[in-house]
Amino acid sequence: MPPHVPLSAPLDRRAAIQWMLTATAGLSIPGTASAQAQSAAKSPIPPITAKGYGPDPDIVKIYNPGDVWPLTFTDAQRRTATALCDVILPADETSPAASAVGVPAFIDEWVSSPYPEQAPDRPLIIEGLDWIHAESQRRFQLPFPDLQPAQQTAICDDIAAAKPKPEHKKPAAFFKRYRDLTAGGYYTTPEGMKDIGYRGNVTSATFDGPPLEALKHVGLA
Amino acid sequence: MPVISAEKAQSTYDVVIVGSGAGGGQTAYTLTMEGVKVLMLEAGRSFDPATEVAMFQLPSHAPLRGTKTPDKQYGFHDSSIHSGWDIPGEPYSNAGTKPEDQFKWWRQRMMGGRTNHWGRISLRNGPYDFKPRTVYGAGFDWPITYDDVAPYYDKVEMLIGVFGSNEGLENSPDSSPGVLLPPPKFRVGELYAQKHAPKAGMKVTPIHRAVLSVPQDAEKIPARLHPGNPKAQAILADSMRGRAPCFWATDCHRGCSIRANYDSQTVHLRPALATGNLDILPNAMAREVTLSKDGKANGITFIDKTTGQEGHVKGRVIVLAASSQESVRLLLNSKSTLFPQGLANSSGKLGKYITDSVGSSFSAHIPAFEGMPLHNEDGAGGPHAYVPWTQHALNRKGELGFPGGYHLEFNPGRHMPNMTVANGAERLAGRSGTSYGRQFKEDARRFYGCRIGFGAQGTMLPNDGSFCEIDPNLKDQWGIPVLRFHWKWTEHELNQVRHQQQRIAELLEALGGHFSKPPETDPLKAIRNGGTVIHEVGGAIMGADAATSVTNQWSQTWDVKNLFLADGAPFASTADKNPTLTIMALAWRMADHLMDELKKGNI
Ligand SMILES: Cc1cc2nc3c(=O)[nH]c(=O)nc-3n(C[C@H](O)[C@H](O)[C@H](O)COP(=O)(O)OP(=O)(O)OC[C@H]3O[C@@H](n4cnc5c(N)ncnc54)[C@H](O)[C@@H]3O)c2cc1C
Ligand code: SF4
Repeated sequence: MPPHVPLSAPLDRRAAIQWMLTATAGLSIPGTASAQAQSAAKSPIPPITAKGYGPDPDIVKIYNPGDVWPLTFTDAQRRTATALCDVILPADETSPAASAVGVPAFIDEWVSSPYPEQAPDRPLIIEGLDWIHAESQRRFQLPFPDLQPAQQTAICDDIAAAKPKPEHKKPAAFFKRYRDLTAGGYYTTPEGMKDIGYRGNVTSATFDGPPLEALKHVGLA
Repeated sequence: MPVISAEKAQSTYDVVIVGSGAGGGQTAYTLTMEGVKVLMLEAGRSFDPATEVAMFQLPSHAPLRGTKTPDKQYGFHDSSIHSGWDIPGEPYSNAGTKPEDQFKWWRQRMMGGRTNHWGRISLRNGPYDFKPRTVYGAGFDWPITYDDVAPYYDKVEMLIGVFGSNEGLENSPDSSPGVLLPPPKFRVGELYAQKHAPKAGMKVTPIHRAVLSVPQDAEKIPARLHPGNPKAQAILADSMRGRAPCFWATDCHRGCSIRANYDSQTVHLRPALATGNLDILPNAMAREVTLSKDGKANGITFIDKTTGQEGHVKGRVIVLAASSQESVRLLLNSKSTLFPQGLANSSGKLGKYITDSVGSSFSAHIPAFEGMPLHNEDGAGGPHAYVPWTQHALNRKGELGFPGGYHLEFNPGRHMPNMTVANGAERLAGRSGTSYGRQFKEDARRFYGCRIGFGAQGTMLPNDGSFCEIDPNLKDQWGIPVLRFHWKWTEHELNQVRHQQQRIAELLEALGGHFSKPPETDPLKAIRNGGTVIHEVGGAIMGADAATSVTNQWSQTWDVKNLFLADGAPFASTADKNPTLTIMALAWRMADHLMDELKKGNI
């Protein structure tokens, strides 16, 4: 069994409890005074101090997560993130699992971004990972990565539901967003592109148009 | 003569051009090929499309998978630097507060301007587009006809290389024989749309784009473009041989290091530099056109962005091609006792009558595309086909409630995946909640590449509510006063957008499309903000009379004989065609006239 990664700090637990409270109260509207007070009170997430890459970056260079701004995840969060990515996009006959192509590091880069579009994802994802961690401890007394597949699915099914229970509303919003980020991160890699059926980005002397089977498929031949 | 720094500028030039984009590039090309000594000022840095574009990089090679950020507003790999709706240190303002009363201004500060990342869609304006008042009873007739510009359309198309076909369409003119390059084959989605569009009364034809589908004819074209000028012919032949045809991969918005598509440096500035008649001064932000005592333009004051120092360059003739609103700003900021309201503004019309294409879009899922046998659909890095406007008869009778028309652009196929590629797969599969696991992987494969969206771009005639002026309070980082915009849609544009939404929905239905929400019936919700189609033109419109326009038919200001405009500022309206080919054709025509006048000693 892999070693337990303990809940890294009381902050994580506080955030997790905060999520329960928010969910059960069911009335908290983001942006209202009380919601702001709540998020200010927990402040488990370090603020972003890095700058962006600027209006004239070297676009020919190849970048890896962490190259342009520091990453955020703690070890525990990274382990949860990795396991969750692979529940969302597991390996199958045709393609590898999400973690095998670097998706967890990409999501870390995303939530560590200094730009406004990613800013709302930062607390949602980081607190969501902490919630998953706390939830698997609560239900199964083990961290999420160490659960049996059926146990992982039991948690995910609750927060993937079309109509989640009131206490799962916020984790469900997290899961939806995390799923989309995982998918985006995955299908933009060479392996993901191959899996989804993108065959381009290779040069050819001529462009011959669609093959006969494709024309037949849509009733054009 | 080369790319220089400020201290290397010669004491005077025949012509000083501001801006190195489509209009400035074409002007510099035409003049230097004929022996005119030219200095070009460019606010952005030098940029080399041969080495600085990221043609083959994947999203996973970029921060945030290449998504848009405030630093790179069209995505990380897009061929645009110091560009966007908002540029730090270079603000502008809007008088209106409601979204529909706002104008959004895209600027691009780099050598070659926006020609590095434009879509290369190159449609000619038609005869009606030059005479809207005569045809539709609204707007202003241009002081020229289609026939005045047609020879220049031919020339520009031959020079830059445009693929497409002659379809004999009403108001979407054909090119002369032998001018166009062959259009590429359609993708399967384009063929499918072509088959089914007639059910909705529409037609799908090859689009025209400035992309080489085959090599240019370096034997014949130079002689056609530069008769009696062997030096120009040799330089152009060389330039054409240095361009490879498209290799059917990569996104044209990223730029093209093999020179298969048109950008100003590849096609205009390289041969212009080869003549030895062109100096280009980058990092030079023009701030004012200066005047001599006799009221002629004699130079440009600029900020050297590398040092922050102010400089001045002299020329016998000044051509502004800084992009339409930026040229207007320069003129408004060039105040003197002779022209207290801004240079060349005795009519009071400077800044008035800004237009943009009228845009809206709508998309649907096409079940027929599910399970498509996999193949490479990249093609020429953008659309091969489009839906031209064909309902002229109806709107001439006044039955549609708007002048002009619109065309539809679409680019179906399995494009390089981005961050949103699998979004909503469960909805299409009829599942609720958030899918994950093996099922989600299967859904993502099934629905990728099955969406078609059509974007409409239509005619906008000028109105009194759409204009710009100098903001009395706001300045940019160099202390240069900035523009304040006013924007108004009229019933014409709103009626047009209603029609666009309705007709696109009919077209999507004809393709068997499923849409998740009905077409938008509120035109203010559907219409794209002023400026966001990035076809803004006008502000110094041409006309037949000095009291109601800023320039004559040659884009020469009425007030100052040796001051010309070579961007979209003289446009008297936006056609349903994208503007850049027309900007280049008018710039070439203007430059020919300018040389005539110089020879005659008139300026
Ligand atoms: C994403 C995108 C897609 C597009 N697609 C199409 C399309 O498919 N078809 C089409 O017809 N059009 C398209 N356009 C529009 C097209 O790019 C413009 O119409 C065209 O580039 C205008 O040419 P221009 O020479 O007027 O200006 P620009 O190309 O913008 O060049 C102006 C140059 O002047 C410089 N400059 C500005 N101010 C100053 C100053 N004060 N001093 C010195 N230099 C200055 C700028 O740095 C810039 O290099 C598209 C635009 C964008 C952004
Ligand atoms: S698709 Fe063709 S023209 Fe466009 S960038 Fe790629 S090679 Fe160049």
